[in-house]
Amino acid sequence: MLRSIRPAIVMVALFTLLLGLAYPLAVTGVAQAVFPDQANGSLIRNADGQVIGSALIGQPFAGAAYLHPRPSAAGDGYDAAGSSGSNLGPLNADLAARVAEEARNIRAEDGPGAIAADAVTASASGLDPDISPAYARLQAARIAAARGVPVQEVQNVIDQHTDGALLGFIGQPHVNVLLTNRALDARVPAS
Amino acid sequence: MTIQGWGEIALTLGLSVLIGWPLGIYLSRVWNGERTWLDPVLRPVEGVFYKASGVDPTRSQGWLGYAGALLAFNLVGFLALYALLRLQGGLPLNPQGFGGLSPHLAFNTAVSFVTNTNWQSYGGETTMSTLTQMAGLTVQNFLSAATGAAIAAALARAFVANRGEGVGNFWADMTRTTLYLLLPASLILALVLAGLGVVQSLSASVAAMGMEGGQQTLSLFPTASQLAIKQLGVNGGGIFNVNSAHPFENPSALTNLITAISINVLGWAAFFAFGRSVLAKKDVRALVVAAFVLLAACAAGLYAAESQPAPALVAAGIQQPVNMEGKEVRFGVPSSVAWAVQTTGASNGSVNSMHASYMPLSGGLQMFLMQLGEILPGGIGSGLAIMVVMAMLAVFVAGLMVGRTPEYLGKKIEAREIQFAMVAVLVLPLAILGFGAVAAVFPTALAGLLNPGPHGLSEILYAYTSAAANNGSAFAGLTANAPWWNTTLGLGMLLGRFAPAVAVLAIAGSLVAKPKLAPSAGTLPTHGPLFVGLLIGVILILGGLQFFPALALGPIVEHFQMLAGPAGV
Repeated sequence: MLRSIRPAIVMVALFTLLLGLAYPLAVTGVAQAVFPDQANGSLIRNADGQVIGSALIGQPFAGAAYLHPRPSAAGDGYDAAGSSGSNLGPLNADLAARVAEEARNIRAEDGPGAIAADAVTASASGLDPDISPAYARLQAARIAAARGVPVQEVQNVIDQHTDGALLGFIGQPHVNVLLTNRALDARVPAS
Repeated sequence: MTIQGWGEIALTLGLSVLIGWPLGIYLSRVWNGERTWLDPVLRPVEGVFYKASGVDPTRSQGWLGYAGALLAFNLVGFLALYALLRLQGGLPLNPQGFGGLSPHLAFNTAVSFVTNTNWQSYGGETTMSTLTQMAGLTVQNFLSAATGAAIAAALARAFVANRGEGVGNFWADMTRTTLYLLLPASLILALVLAGLGVVQSLSASVAAMGMEGGQQTLSLFPTASQLAIKQLGVNGGGIFNVNSAHPFENPSALTNLITAISINVLGWAAFFAFGRSVLAKKDVRALVVAAFVLLAACAAGLYAAESQPAPALVAAGIQQPVNMEGKEVRFGVPSSVAWAVQTTGASNGSVNSMHASYMPLSGGLQMFLMQLGEILPGGIGSGLAIMVVMAMLAVFVAGLMVGRTPEYLGKKIEAREIQFAMVAVLVLPLAILGFGAVAAVFPTALAGLLNPGPHGLSEILYAYTSAAANNGSAFAGLTANAPWWNTTLGLGMLLGRFAPAVAVLAIAGSLVAKPKLAPSAGTLPTHGPLFVGLLIGVILILGGLQFFPALALGPIVEHFQMLAGPAGV
């Protein structure tokens, strides 16, 4: 083993230069040149060029005129510098209490319709940008009332921002909350 | 459960075998030093590495020399990474301004990445600087994978040799696997993923002003480059705290499919490479079938368990009580289950959903998959090596039944091989159950648990299973960043990695000197369904029975609690 110490040191040093600097910097260079939008976080800007978020990262919405996201366990909610799930076990009393409270709040806001499972559960990342089409549908009436427009108009915007499963079976249908809310503001201004 | 869900799970598992096959043939060429189409570019680079380090790549080492080189290389890698982690506060490329890590966290993390475990006691975006992620963690993602592959290369030579001496050259095996396979494959995968939305930036973060006026800080990293080798190298340590559940690390169903498949591609490739190198394609096909049958059975069980109604949601009157706690909407249950099976069957440990929040039996199956020894298909080469050990035990058991000296792939399997084989397979229960038993009664350890009752025991059991099996996934409710957990989990990882590695190399050293026998009428065929059944039996008895009592107290009792009554026990 002692005879191997010198080659070990040299190999670790050389590989650190190759794999730890040259490789990631080369990938960064190519990605920044060819896919700058994706490489920098698929950022969304408003008309003034101000960054309002990322198409990939959820953010909190509480207003009645907006689609609400899922519960989040990242920091105080949607902390994009500290991703986290709740990690509560399926029988944990805290989980049952939180789910029940979320369900009560949703029923108070959106009426007695069927609540989708994603509406009352925290995502793995705490940054889930999406909700299920069923949860979006449940919220459409409230949003339409807040904006003083027919429900169908809101539902149309939601439908336009609903993505199906890839090839019909890979992943799940989902509605991007931030993109939908941005489109709602642009197309159905709150009265 | 839906047809679509079954289809997605089958596609993920099946494609990783299919893609692994041609890559395995290529890997065998790399191990043997045959010509490849990358030679014009890489031969000179390879030469520089040997020349600078004073290594003669053509000199075949005995098993002790090979093991010594392997251990020295990993020791130096550990020390370099430990130093980097401790000193990162004063080093460049630290736009986040993070300080150095505590000694126990630096020990745990350095061990974790050198042993290919990639357990994370830390949250990536709140702990690690850009330089550490690149020059520390990414580097060991490559080198630990190449170390595992080297073990398989040596074992293959031992079976090929006829009264030979050396098992090959560690430096050549490690260097060639890294340069010819891991680096080009990662380069391609990283660029594909960057194009599909995975971030790749040297900036620390972007500030956003949310639509409702809240400030949001979006953490960035050179993610795609590390993600690629994290999956291909069967490593699993994510850039971000939540690993591949983070939308910047896994933005869509497509990136999820690609990265889930790439977890196991090279693990399977090592099987096929071994088969080509040893001229035993049929026998290795039997190993692949046995591994795949077990993996598919566990996948079906996991999907069924995870499709049960979630108690907390039933209690709240949710009509379709799918267990979405700890899962992302874009993935749903099938993508999450497919990933969970891939990552625990291999020694990967990356996650796209939070395993702690799975249904009790699902969590139990995840542990069971790891406890089988990370051979379905396991890490690159390290999984294959333990699978070959299992096959040797299977022929040994069969030999005992008929009273003949067993043979495997033309080599007599005798007392010395079986002794080392037992060391290789018994280290895992020793580390898991030993440390687990102490932690379960030690107040300092118990302070780290999040969940009460049997789920708390599952957190302990999962942690030591994950560490000793070099997996790295977690029931992340456990607050592992404390001296007790960091230290004992680190020791578990070292035991689980290097004891089997040295034992397998000792077996290789013993086998290489033996004559290569032609099969006779008394040789047990090791490629038919009979042998596949025997092998599965040995794996289940060794992996399953040892851990059954512990699993009965954790996930299984929790399952019965769930059946017995309302949520909130």
